[in-house]
Amino acid sequence: MAEKDPSEEIREQHEQWEEETLQEFLEAHGERKDRFATVSNMEVDRMYTPEDTEDIDYTEDIGVPGEPPYTRGPYPTMYRGRTWTMRQFAGFGTAEETNERFHYLIDNGQTGLSTAFDMPSLMGIDSDHKMSKGEVGKEGVAVDTLRDMEILFDEIDIGEISTSFTINPSAPVIYAMYIALADQQGVPREDVRGTLQNDMFKEFIAQKEWVIPPEPSLKVVTDTIEFAVEETPRFHPVSISGYHIREAGSTAIQEAAFTLADGFGYVEDCLDRGLDVDEFAPLLSFFFNSHNSLFEEVAKFRASRRIYSRVMEDWYDAEKPESKRLKFHTQTAGQSLTAQQPLNNIVRVTIQALAAVLGGTQSLHTNSYDEALALPSEQAVRVALRTQQIIADESGAADIVDPLGGSYAVESLTDQAEEEIMAYIEEIKEMGDGSVRDGILRGIEQGYFHREIQDSAYEYQKRVDSGDETVVGVNKYVTEEDTDTEILKVDESVRDRQINRLESVKEERDDEAVEDALDAIADTIEAEENVMPAIIDAVKAYATMGEIMAVFEDKYGSYNEQLASM
Amino acid sequence: MSVEDQQMKIRCLVAKVGLDGHDRGAHVIARAFRDAGFEVIYSGLHNAPEEIVQATVQEDVDVLGISILSGAHNELVPDIIEGLEEYDAHEDTLVVVGGIIPDEDKEFLYENGVDGIFGPGTPLQETINFIEENVKRDE
Repeated sequence: MAEKDPSEEIREQHEQWEEETLQEFLEAHGERKDRFATVSNMEVDRMYTPEDTEDIDYTEDIGVPGEPPYTRGPYPTMYRGRTWTMRQFAGFGTAEETNERFHYLIDNGQTGLSTAFDMPSLMGIDSDHKMSKGEVGKEGVAVDTLRDMEILFDEIDIGEISTSFTINPSAPVIYAMYIALADQQGVPREDVRGTLQNDMFKEFIAQKEWVIPPEPSLKVVTDTIEFAVEETPRFHPVSISGYHIREAGSTAIQEAAFTLADGFGYVEDCLDRGLDVDEFAPLLSFFFNSHNSLFEEVAKFRASRRIYSRVMEDWYDAEKPESKRLKFHTQTAGQSLTAQQPLNNIVRVTIQALAAVLGGTQSLHTNSYDEALALPSEQAVRVALRTQQIIADESGAADIVDPLGGSYAVESLTDQAEEEIMAYIEEIKEMGDGSVRDGILRGIEQGYFHREIQDSAYEYQKRVDSGDETVVGVNKYVTEEDTDTEILKVDESVRDRQINRLESVKEERDDEAVEDALDAIADTIEAEENVMPAIIDAVKAYATMGEIMAVFEDKYGSYNEQLASM
Repeated sequence: MSVEDQQMKIRCLVAKVGLDGHDRGAHVIARAFRDAGFEVIYSGLHNAPEEIVQATVQEDVDVLGISILSGAHNELVPDIIEGLEEYDAHEDTLVVVGGIIPDEDKEFLYENGVDGIFGPGTPLQETINFIEENVKRDE
């Protein structure tokens, strides 16, 4: 007699269980809801079995860490070698205050710096600009000239530490300042380590910080990638970001899909420029959000690695492992934090951070529990960092590579995520007649991304309002309370101090040299050359952020969002 | 729609002021207002306070909803209200603010002429009810 096929046995057992045990139990007790879904409203099954993972080819689809398609992680030993980089985003007030916070974080065991800039710096205008009123030093540090960067990194050896800069339209100026600083400190450019966010696609899609229109913005991003390949090969010139897409209200699937598409868009533009994929692709890094639905998040991270590896190889002929290996930073979901019962946020952040670690992140920012109220206080920042340290050193999550790999649920969700993410990427490619880059540009122009994200955001809010989606302390377990947390207030004199410094820099510098340097930037734009060398010369002459960005605006024009739905 | 309905429709400007680009809340609330039958105009991003004042006056709206998450509310919101007063437009405009406003700043904004403040986690219907109950119609 032939032996019974094991999958047949599993199916039989499952059916029998459904008919006998489950049915009876459901009749007696029922379930809490008719439909169970993730925070992105992706429905999940009651139970996953080997039947759900039947189509997965273990060696091809899951495989081993450190080898394509990297589903289990980009490196063979993952956190057993060294844990992820704990990188808390910091910045407020003037450069002196942020420099102080940097030293505090380094003294507390932080292993990488991450700089938050204020809105004027992010938008490429100076602190004395009319639109800067009320915003100088508010959400991050104010940087007008190289002088501010010198103070920001005072007593910090930039040859030793890696620094991440969350900045976009004005990113080339900050990049130039950091290189100028390395030149000053005598650090060889090839030793400079760090990451520039510099992802303009997602600005037009979600975060909405821009100066010049999408097409020239893309040209400048590609300039920075080209320059990094040649001059700063250990510096990531762009961090392709889904974080803001998710914060703007997208689902997990949309976040991963639009972010990966953006990455492929940059790849295509670099290829058009004539760059070699295996030279620039290793410099691309990614940045994702991590929300509350633990398993959905882990699936998203694993599916994203698998897609990236395959697409880089199949579509863009990448050969080097580093070109196919998706490396990413993660930040816990700011939108998930509640102003109500703020201490609950510590727990949310823990779950989200754990999801990022189980998903194999390379670096992590954990949000502070008081961020729905104001800028984080020192105590809240410490708890957030300690959360990561507890996961790393106490939970055991860092000791097993891809510990959820092989789980019927997680593998099945990973497959499902891959399928849904690829469907979006194909749709975008189609919008661009076979070019992902052109599809993104068209999608921005036609409000496609805006509509997609807004629909998800609105639908989510309605689920929260109706109680379908529980938010503890907001629509369930609500208590009357005084939000009596210690919050950080930015000293209102920051603006005056910053403007005083800007004025003194302007007095001391050689105005003629500044004029010449700004003209040189204009000339390189006219000649369609790489703008980076000219920007570095300009920042070294202490040209201001606003002066430099004004040259770009003058040459390329400014941008206004067109929203069909409004 | 009858002429009467037209007259009854609450006109609302949903405005982003300053450099803040966080527009999720603005769009969600704009859509909820529209679903509630309001007539909604959206300002777009990166406006100076005087641009919001101009739009409020020119569009003759009943409600000005300012969405701000940058922490610059104590400077920008009073600037808008001062501007409205210069045009005698404050009295008949209900001014509501949405975003992250610390408790101690709420009082300051109320003293400076804001009618309602809605923080994170406010159900959409609560804001809509507040507006329907408090809207100041031109007679």
